[in-house]
Amino acid sequence: MAGLALDQLRKTYAGGVEAVRGVSLDVPDGAFCVLVGPSGCGKSTVLRMIAGLETVTSGAITIGARTVNDVEPADRDIAMVFQNYALYPHMRVYDNLAYGLRNRGTPKPEIETRVKDAARLLGLEAMLTRYPRQLSGGQRQRVAMGRAIVRKPQVFLFDEPLSNLDAKLRVQMRVEIRRLQRQLGVTTVYVTHDQVEAMTMADRLVVMNGGQIEQVGTPIEIYRRPATRYVATFMGSPPMNILPAEAVAGGVRIDGTVIPVTGLAPGTAVEAGIRPEDLRIAEDGLPFRIAFVEELGATRLLHGPLAGTDVAVQVPAGAGAQEGDTVRLAIDGSALHLFDPAAGRRLAQG
Amino acid sequence: MGPERITFGGRLLPAALIAPQLLIVGLFFYWPAVQAVWQSFQMQDAFGLSTEFVWFENYRALFTDPGYYQALATTLIFAAAVAGLSLGFALLLAAMADREIRGAGLYRTLLIWPYAVAPAVAGVLFGFLFQPGLGLIARGLNQIGIPWNPLLDGNHAMILVVMAAAWKQVSYNFLFFLAGLQAIPGSVIEAAAIDGAGPARRFWTIVFPLLSPTTFFLMVVNVVYAFCETFGVIDVLTHGGPGRATQTLVYKVYQDGRIGADLGGSAAQSVVLMAIVIGLTAIQFRYVEKRVAY
Repeated sequence: MAGLALDQLRKTYAGGVEAVRGVSLDVPDGAFCVLVGPSGCGKSTVLRMIAGLETVTSGAITIGARTVNDVEPADRDIAMVFQNYALYPHMRVYDNLAYGLRNRGTPKPEIETRVKDAARLLGLEAMLTRYPRQLSGGQRQRVAMGRAIVRKPQVFLFDEPLSNLDAKLRVQMRVEIRRLQRQLGVTTVYVTHDQVEAMTMADRLVVMNGGQIEQVGTPIEIYRRPATRYVATFMGSPPMNILPAEAVAGGVRIDGTVIPVTGLAPGTAVEAGIRPEDLRIAEDGLPFRIAFVEELGATRLLHGPLAGTDVAVQVPAGAGAQEGDTVRLAIDGSALHLFDPAAGRRLAQG
Repeated sequence: MGPERITFGGRLLPAALIAPQLLIVGLFFYWPAVQAVWQSFQMQDAFGLSTEFVWFENYRALFTDPGYYQALATTLIFAAAVAGLSLGFALLLAAMADREIRGAGLYRTLLIWPYAVAPAVAGVLFGFLFQPGLGLIARGLNQIGIPWNPLLDGNHAMILVVMAAAWKQVSYNFLFFLAGLQAIPGSVIEAAAIDGAGPARRFWTIVFPLLSPTTFFLMVVNVVYAFCETFGVIDVLTHGGPGRATQTLVYKVYQDGRIGADLGGSAAQSVVLMAIVIGLTAIQFRYVEKRVAY
């Protein structure tokens, strides 16, 4: 087993497009690292560079103690699961799993043991003589993982592996991949654009945007203390509300109401972020006219304008507010996330 | 697949819609084919003045003629060589073209041009290049010590017609192979690369098997081409000679029928040739396709 390190990794395509602009990242041995970001943020390019499918413009990729920039994909000791599974359509499941071992000259009895073990682990024992076209989406996904597992690589790479599955199967496979990774303890880099997948699966979450890393941390750290406005609004569903505000002595003023916060220089404009679940209906507070209500079962989402911005408020199912009502919302200063409106960076709070 | 099934109210409209196609096929294929079958049961005197119905006499004569079996053997060698050469070379070119994407449109167009050249013209081109006294390539061969002379040496003549016939077919095969290669998902090749397969191994264990439906289809097309459509090449280059070294079945039909004026015997040969080609196609599609499908 080995960890993975990226140092100032860059990728510039022939046309001059900078897909990755200086990414540095440490993935400890055995960690499950998720790269998340919108499409075009460079996350897949980073993964493909780790795999050796894209050349590195500058910077270094280190697996264990070895810099692998110029090492062929086959010799990097990695395994990759592709978005479309990339199974070999003309081979049976058994041969799909055995292909990588045969290429490496593994003795036949060992191939058989390893393939059987992987099949047992993934519940594919009954499928070994089938062709990929005879399998369901979930089964193909398992074969793709099996192909990675039999090789016993140093690093697993996943490129949006669940995006071709339906919602129910996706939740199931999410748990399964996580369980499998814990069991095997193999260092993993997992790319997704789905923030729920990212939150639920990661030990170490990396939020990317525009070819750069916005923030690295555990999912809870990132949720509780987003480093930038971008991360704040990207992670969390529904997204964080951002309200225009002004720093005053002893707090921030939002729509005329001062909320006590310490550590800010008075007189500067700031952006105040607050998560929908941190807004409460109270006796006293900012007026909020409910434009419409989304019923989610366990909770309700109230939508409407607050301080001139459309916001969402998450309330328990029992809260009786109706469309058209005007209620008052209390904001707790400790729940506020304050950002510099120009740079979008988080401002220090007391 | 599975477009909506369209149902017509009456029978007149659908009949009218397929009539032009049926007319063309009927006029240019079924009518001559029936004529050939009819003629193959007849025998004419040398001046074409009297015709006698002889049942299978022409066929009996054909199958007892050693010359016919020789033409059959020549055809099989010719077809195998043409199909092998044109498929192999086209696959090589396609594999090369599949890598480089820049300017692909231009040289794909350039590579398809030879297909627009008529077989007879291809024959003339190769005739010039390999003409023993004058031809550019022929002189080169002579200079490096190969006494090239397709007019005297049967093997040289065979090599010449095979090259000319195969050259014309390379561009067609190339197009299909390239389309086939580009239909293989890049991620499958990448997965194989990560799985430790080098370029050659990737080609033979992944690319080539995935191309097999294309290869199979092209094999049928090329064999049928070599059997039936290479008349022009042979007529221009060798007239079936020297001796009978390049006399294929289709050329023998012409020589016996047009030049030998044995219309009945020639018609019988046509019918046999037709049966061979139909049989070949049917067998290949029925049985071989099952094994190449994945």
